[in-house]
Amino acid sequence: FSRRSLRRCPPPAKYGGRHTVTLIPGDGIGPELLSHVREVFRYSCVPVDFEVVHVNSALASQDDMDNAITAIRRNGVALKGNIETKHTLPPSVKSRNNILRTSLDLYANVMHCQSLSGVQTRHKNIDIMIIRENTEGEYSNLEHESVSGVVESLKIITRNNSLRIAEYAFKLAREKGRRRVTAVHKANIMKLGDGLFLQCCKEVASGYPDITFDSMIVDNTTMQLVSKPQQFDVMVMPNLYGNVVSNVCAGLVGGPGLVPGANYGRDYAVFETATRNTGKSIAGRNIANPTAMLLASCMMLDHLKLNDYASLIRNGVLTTMNETRVGFLLQSPLPLYAVTLIKLLCYCSVTCGSEGLEAGLACFLGSLHKVVLCVATGALLLWSAPLSGIRLTLSLRWR
Amino acid sequence: CTQKTSYRSFYFFAKDIVQLKSLWSLQFGNYLQSFKSNSFQILSHFTMQTVTLIPGDGIGPEISTAVMKIFEAAKAPIQWEERNVTAIQGPGGKWMIPPDAKESMDKNKMGLKGPLKTPIAAGHPSMNLLLRKTFDLYANVRPCMSIEGYKTPYTDVDLVTIRENTEGEYSGIEHIIVDGVVQSIKLITETASKRIAEYAFEYARNNQRTSVTAVHKANIMRMSDGLFLRKCREVAENYKDVKFREMYLDTVCLNMVQDPTQFDVLVMPNLYGDILSDLCAGLIGGLGVTPSGNIGANGVAIFESVHGTAPDIAGLDMANPTALLLSAVMMLRHMGLHAYADKIQIACFDTIKDKKVLTGDLGGKSKCSEFTGEICRRVQDME
Repeated sequence: FSRRSLRRCPPPAKYGGRHTVTLIPGDGIGPELLSHVREVFRYSCVPVDFEVVHVNSALASQDDMDNAITAIRRNGVALKGNIETKHTLPPSVKSRNNILRTSLDLYANVMHCQSLSGVQTRHKNIDIMIIRENTEGEYSNLEHESVSGVVESLKIITRNNSLRIAEYAFKLAREKGRRRVTAVHKANIMKLGDGLFLQCCKEVASGYPDITFDSMIVDNTTMQLVSKPQQFDVMVMPNLYGNVVSNVCAGLVGGPGLVPGANYGRDYAVFETATRNTGKSIAGRNIANPTAMLLASCMMLDHLKLNDYASLIRNGVLTTMNETRVGFLLQSPLPLYAVTLIKLLCYCSVTCGSEGLEAGLACFLGSLHKVVLCVATGALLLWSAPLSGIRLTLSLRWR
Repeated sequence: CTQKTSYRSFYFFAKDIVQLKSLWSLQFGNYLQSFKSNSFQILSHFTMQTVTLIPGDGIGPEISTAVMKIFEAAKAPIQWEERNVTAIQGPGGKWMIPPDAKESMDKNKMGLKGPLKTPIAAGHPSMNLLLRKTFDLYANVRPCMSIEGYKTPYTDVDLVTIRENTEGEYSGIEHIIVDGVVQSIKLITETASKRIAEYAFEYARNNQRTSVTAVHKANIMRMSDGLFLRKCREVAENYKDVKFREMYLDTVCLNMVQDPTQFDVLVMPNLYGDILSDLCAGLIGGLGVTPSGNIGANGVAIFESVHGTAPDIAGLDMANPTALLLSAVMMLRHMGLHAYADKIQIACFDTIKDKKVLTGDLGGKSKCSEFTGEICRRVQDME
């Protein structure tokens, strides 16, 4: 399988040049974040239609999960929120997210942690790519109670999957021009299991002499991450360590609301937030940060080869983020207004190009009163594109 | 007739009597416990406690001498008994620690250990593992407190990680099922989970800690972490004065690097404990300043420094004794000698805060002996 290229061909656009993407709202903050994504897509005129599939975490039946999987198989690409797993349910009810990942064989979870200039963090200049094995390891769901009071849980490591994830990691590193790949393991204790993983990584590394390969034990890795995270470049690891390390890195760059994640398989791709939080405590209160989901949707557009739209939305989001005068919108309980701004910026970019982006931002900064804002924006657009200006003014007034 | 009435009234009150009895025994047990520790404290001020000292390898001997010197300056009632633990093969081919070391530990119950080296191809398991198995050291306690003067990006860290040390993912049971497929078994038992949960709540109560957080991944490992969680919840019922909450491992990691002040005592199984305790050590400045204690069954406790043997600086008087010193201070607290513990800890922290006499890894240029001398001087000044 080493001859196949990393970038699979994206699913072809349907008639009319529009793609269909499965949307799984999930629980907690998932539905509201995905509604923001749909709004921004609408304002940016992205040729993507969403097929919404609801998965109810409360029911014990498998039908809604099967529907979701069939929809993803049909469309090839999905955008999802996290589905809650109540651990009070009996062990036969498995985690829905896990079922989705294993049935579609989404073997690689890729997360890119980058420090954003507008976000205050303790560590600066972090740029780490984390590639985590997504299907096996500790998440095999194989547990049994052999004697009453003694529970065994199996952690499975296979040569095939380890080789596959190592191949993916090195190919991605080469594609992105990265110099170093670090394998994270605990092979001093789990000699056979993590030893096999490390051996596979070393085997693959020998085929990429331009990329430096080293390994680090997971507890040392976490210690280094909180003291000197700038030393890491690309990291590859099994499932559970990936969970820990990706959450630590997400915390280092500013929190779970900022980092997008992608799950890639051979034929399918599912995009979501990197730390997969349900966010039950902040659901419905309009305080969730939409950045992670919006950047995940940009990754999805890149996967569909709609790179222009992806950079459009990404620029809109990052300008909002990094322009410190409005960055507060994403950090305070006003994300809806932030999303309005993002929509405005995207729309301006689409109609007037990059000048429109700056003009839209200047309008927003210049006046905080909504009516004046609408009039100003409308006036600007009326001057440049009359029909769209009228439409935008009317739509903003009614928000 | 009166006899019958008396029996009836007895049965009527029997339930209350039984409840009262259990309540009283609980209370009495608490009083007895505090009386014991108090009396231990009173007695220990007058009697010399013998502690088994295991200097270790590499920089171990120098930092052990440093600690002994500081304790002497503080006039702590501790007598040191030095022992060596190199693995020897006992009858039947089983590797074990030397019998005189074992005897000494069983007699003294308290131990202080320096770093031990694990030779790669020696054929015997690591020394730490042997010690753990011999004395059934089931709890690894690591208090992490920010050191003023040793600057890290995180300030105001004050938490304790309590990690189950005997089972979990480190049970060492692995099989090759077919060529290319390996399975590792993670073992969680009811007894071990109950024991560690009880220790965690006892620790929280004895050290005036407000909350205990159980760290788990029960959404994925439903049965194993579910069992651990259930036991923690059961034990929490008996300790209503300590707040109990449960959090997923990934949420803990996420929140720990953003705001470590929200955590107090963390209790968890082996692997998560390993990762999280090293994460917390990284928050305060690394393994060179982190104390650690292993609590075993039968009252045995071994306090150790968790850094490596640093063979490159061994014998050059450049080592930093802070980790071993803070572990020794933890030992004093465990024994109830809080006055001496506070004295030595304040002296140590003041020396680091002053920044005049610091070893190489703390950012200074002084020697280990100078650093030790400075701490001894401060301790004596405090008399």
